[in-house]
Amino acid sequence: MIAPRNVAALASIVVLCAAIGCTNFYEIPIETPIQPKMDVTPFTRVLVAGFISGGTDDVDGNLETVRLLRSQLRSKSNLRVIEAEVLPLADIARDQFKAPASAPASAPSDQARGSGPAGSEATNHSGASQPVAESGGQTPAPVPALPPATEGGSSQQVQPVPPLAGGPAADDGKIRNEKDLERYQKIFENTEFWKKLGQEHQNPLIVTGTVLFTNTQSSGFVTQNREIIDPLGRRVVQPYRTYMERKGFIIEPRFIFIDGRTGAVLYADRFHEEILYPAQQQTPPLSSYFELMDRLIPSFLGSLSTQRIRGTRVLLK
Amino acid sequence: MFLRALTVCSMLALSAAGVLADNRSAAKEQVDFGIKVAQNGLWREAQYRWERAVELDPSYAEAWNNLAIAYEHGGKFDDARKAYETAIKLDPKNMLIRQNYDLFKEINDRTQKRRGPR
Repeated sequence: MIAPRNVAALASIVVLCAAIGCTNFYEIPIETPIQPKMDVTPFTRVLVAGFISGGTDDVDGNLETVRLLRSQLRSKSNLRVIEAEVLPLADIARDQFKAPASAPASAPSDQARGSGPAGSEATNHSGASQPVAESGGQTPAPVPALPPATEGGSSQQVQPVPPLAGGPAADDGKIRNEKDLERYQKIFENTEFWKKLGQEHQNPLIVTGTVLFTNTQSSGFVTQNREIIDPLGRRVVQPYRTYMERKGFIIEPRFIFIDGRTGAVLYADRFHEEILYPAQQQTPPLSSYFELMDRLIPSFLGSLSTQRIRGTRVLLK
Repeated sequence: MFLRALTVCSMLALSAAGVLADNRSAAKEQVDFGIKVAQNGLWREAQYRWERAVELDPSYAEAWNNLAIAYEHGGKFDDARKAYETAIKLDPKNMLIRQNYDLFKEINDRTQKRRGPR
């Protein structure tokens, strides 16, 4: 006497064999090419300059992001990565806001070394926003011409910009949220600053932006899976809902690509990723940072170079 | 008279069926050859063969499926989507075509989707 469980198993094997025998299919590996979002053909070199970072103090968002992007670009793009000191961009932005409009701005590399004001060019806060193609735009924005230099030797006099209400210099210097970051955005419009940085490194493509890495907490019902044995003796996965308290991290980077020849923003892309763990689980912030960045890296690289996504498909007869 | 008309109709139907069968058989040859060359990495040739197959027999869902894969491999996403959709329309119950289409959509959506607020 054969048990019903065995009969069912035997029947399913027979059905499976019949299905395979009747179907003509061939699994084949394919590589799907993803076209870059911007044209980087004018550049052979890339400088990941630095980021304005904020959020939790557990991770140095500027340093870690620069390191990670440089290593990814080195191995997964055709551009040569320039090894330079990481710019303390938040400090530079703060200094630029502090400096009176008539005072000379520091050369980027001097600021990176922590020296005082040294350049001969004034900062340019024209306030005119550059045409920027955010994510989704397939063609890069045209590079606008620099504003004509005014007379007066090498020094370019520009319109002074009054300090923003609650600008970078107005608080304790800590960037905790998106609102704090907003105060620093002007630095990306400072074409003279980026042009000067570009000149120092032979006009590369400059990668910069902002990175906000913050803690998060949530509680509520979540759907989870559990494995059960059904009446036929098979293991099946069954979803169920349960109340959970969770904590985790959110990363919100904005990558800005600047033309080192003109200082103009070519393209910008904003991302949002988050991860949650059970409240009792202890996960180091740096691990979470890398886990979240891992998800974003393909999209970041996809802005610069053709990426190939490997997968399999089924060819049919 | 009626009998004669019926005979003529039957003959016409049979010859049409024969033509269709011929087309399917010719298309099948193209599909088979396309699979062989694709397995050797010659995707352009495979694409050409499957394009011929769907020309010969536009109702051949499997050929449309293969053509969609070739377009996907070549980065022609709009063409791939259309070909997959045609294949599904012709054979809605084919789970393998649906599986291919789902994988294609996942990649396509991932690359086009905006990940955060502007």
